[in-house]
Amino acid sequence: MKVAITSTGNTLESDVDQRFGRCTYFVIYDTESKSVEYIPNPNKQISEGAGPASVQILAERGVNKIVSGDFGLKVKPLLDSLKVQMIVIKHTQKTVSEIIESLDH
Amino acid sequence: MNKNVKIAVAGGKGGTGKTLVATNLFYVIKEEGKEVELIDCDAEEPNAGLFFNGNLIYHSDVMLKVPEINTSLCVYCGKCKEYCNYNAILMIGFSKYIKVIEELCHGCGACSIACDYSAITKKNRKIGEVNQYQVQDKALLTEARMQVGVYSPVNTVKTALKQNPHPYVQIIDAPPGTSCPFIHSVVHADYVVLVTEPTPFGLSDLKQSIETLKGMKKFYGVVINRVDEPNQEMMQYLQKENIKVLAQIPFDRDIATVYAQGGLIAQHLSAYKKVFTGLLDLIIQEICK
Amino acid sequence: MQVAVISGKGGTGKSSITAALASLSQNIVLVDCDVDASNLYLLFNSTHEEEYAFVGGEKAVIDYNRCTHCGLCMVYCRFDAIVTENGKIKIKEVFCDGCHLCSRICPEKAIAMIEEKNSKYFAGSFRHGKMVYGRLAPGEENTGLLVNKVREKAKQIAKFQRIETILLDGPPGIGCPVMSTITGVDKLLLVTEPSLSGIHDMERMLAVAKHFNIETKIIINKYDLHTELSEQIEQKAKAWDATVIAKIPYEPLFVKAMIQQQSIVEFAPDSPSARIIASIYDTVLLH
Repeated sequence: MKVAITSTGNTLESDVDQRFGRCTYFVIYDTESKSVEYIPNPNKQISEGAGPASVQILAERGVNKIVSGDFGLKVKPLLDSLKVQMIVIKHTQKTVSEIIESLDH
Repeated sequence: MNKNVKIAVAGGKGGTGKTLVATNLFYVIKEEGKEVELIDCDAEEPNAGLFFNGNLIYHSDVMLKVPEINTSLCVYCGKCKEYCNYNAILMIGFSKYIKVIEELCHGCGACSIACDYSAITKKNRKIGEVNQYQVQDKALLTEARMQVGVYSPVNTVKTALKQNPHPYVQIIDAPPGTSCPFIHSVVHADYVVLVTEPTPFGLSDLKQSIETLKGMKKFYGVVINRVDEPNQEMMQYLQKENIKVLAQIPFDRDIATVYAQGGLIAQHLSAYKKVFTGLLDLIIQEICK
Repeated sequence: MQVAVISGKGGTGKSSITAALASLSQNIVLVDCDVDASNLYLLFNSTHEEEYAFVGGEKAVIDYNRCTHCGLCMVYCRFDAIVTENGKIKIKEVFCDGCHLCSRICPEKAIAMIEEKNSKYFAGSFRHGKMVYGRLAPGEENTGLLVNKVREKAKQIAKFQRIETILLDGPPGIGCPVMSTITGVDKLLLVTEPSLSGIHDMERMLAVAKHFNIETKIIINKYDLHTELSEQIEQKAKAWDATVIAKIPYEPLFVKAMIQQQSIVEFAPDSPSARIIASIYDTVLLH
C-alpha cells in the first residue's frame, strides 16, 4: 500500500506539513517495498485549486492513504469518492519518520 | 438631476460608514418623491436591507454555466483538464475517474471547446441571488447576495446592477477594497462618493481608492465620517489633489446607537437630515459641472 | 501558536483590537492578512526590511502585429473582457479573468498571457516585534494566495527569530482570503457587534470554524449599543459551543488612539477597555 505524507522538507526528519494542497513536499511511502519517494509539490504557488490538483498528483500515483494536518472542504469529498483514506495529525509536531514508524506497526 | 444618474458609494476598507451614507442618501432622495434605486453590491455581506421594510417584488438566482461530463462519451484523454486554468477538473485516467469541482469553475467554457468527443455539456450552478424590494412607490432596493463558497461575487454584482430597466437614480453601495468586485460596482457610475475616516488607516485606504478611480477616469468626492478633530494630513492631501470634501459627519454616539438598531440617522436624528440633503445637492452640482 | 482575529463584516473594530493585543506583547509576529486594505503597518509605523513581488493572476495581451481583428476571441470570452472599438479588438484588462481560452483559440496566435506582478508583500519590525503584510494591486482578484504567502513569511520569521506567537488580522467578508487566514491556526478570535448583520456574520464564521475544528472565542465590541442583541449573541454563541470571553463598551478612545498612531493599550492603558483587552490577552495568547 502507498501512503502519502505531507512534509515540510525532503528528509525523513522533516516535520509533517499541516497543509495538504499547499504543502512543500509529498513523501510517498510504500509499505510493502519500504521505499520512500519525495515529490516537490508543484501546486504550492498556484492561485486556486491547490487541493484538488494535489489529489490529482497522488491519485495518479496510486496512493491509498494520506497523512496531513488538514483536508479542505473541496478535497474531502474527492478523496472519499476515490476511496483514499485521510489521516489528520493535528496540534502535535511529528516528523515524517515518526509517521512511517507508526504505519509499520 | 438627470433621471438615470448613477452614484456609487465606496469606502476603501470595511467599516468606514459607506452603508450609512448610501442608505441615508437613498432615504433623502426617496423622501423627495424621486424615482430611486439603492443597489447593495456588497454581495459577501449585504446589509442595506436591514434598514428598510420592503415587499419582495423580484427574485432571481444568478447562475454560472459549469460543465457536466457525460462519462459514456468521455475517452479520458485529459484535454479538458489541460485547458482548465482553474484546476476544476480532476481526472485519473487508469481508474476512468473524472470529476468537475464546481466550486473552482469560473465558467470560462474552455473545457467544452477542448473536448473533441462532445462529452461536455453545460449545466447551471447557483452562485448568488438578486432580490428586489419595493420600499416605497418609486423607491426600490436591490440586493446582490453571493452564495457561500463561490470564488467571486462579480457575476452576482453585475446581475444586480442590471436589474431595474427603468431610468431611476441609482445609489450603489460598493464592496470594500479595490479589487475586482469594487471595480465592477463602480465601473458604470457617473460619480463616486468615497467615505473615509480621519485616521491614518482611513487616509491610506482613501489614497488607494483614489489612485484606482483616477485610473478609471472617474469623478469623485469625499465624505469624512466620525470627525472628532480634523486630520491635518488628510486635509492637506485632499487640498493638494484638489478633491472636494462633500460632507463631514461628526463622531457621535447617537449615530452609532441609531445605526446598530437598524435606524436611519436622517430620519431619527433631525440634525443629520440636512447633512444628507446638502450632500445630495453637492453631488448633483459636481455631476452637472 | 497562531491566533487569527476575524469578524465577517467590516467596522466591528477587529483591527483596533488586534493592534491592542499585539502591543501587549514584547515580541510577537503580527500579520496583516487584509491584503486588499492593509493598515496595521501604518498604525505601528513598521520598518521595511524585506519586499517581495507577488505574481497574482494572468492577463491576456494582444500582439497587434498578428491580430487580424476577426473577433473570434470576443465571441468566446465569457467575461465581457474583449470589445471592439472602431473595428479594433481590445482587451479590457480589469475584466480579464485569465482563463487562457482566447489565447488558445486565436487562429493567428496573437494573444499571449502575461503574469501580473503588481502586488507585493513586505516584512519588517515594529515596537512589539515583527510585522508582515501584503498589498494587492487594485483590480486584482483576491484569491487568498497572497494571504498564504504572507503567512508563510511570518512562519519563517517566527522560526528564525524564535518567536512563539503569530497574531493574524483577518480580512473582512467570508470568501477565499478569510479561509486562507484561518486554515491551520490554533485559535480564532471572532470580533462581533450587536447588530443584525453582526450576528448573521458571526454565525457564518462559527460554522466555518466548526468545520475546521478550531477553538473559537468571541468578543462583543460596542456591546452597550444594543444590549438585547448582545444577549442574543451570547445565546447563539452557546448553541455553537463557542464562548463569549469579553464584552467591550462603545469606546471613542479606540479612534483617538488610532489618530495618534497608537493602540488603545498604549494610548490609554488604564482605560476600562484596555483592561478588558489585557484580560483577553491573558486568556487567549498566554495559554
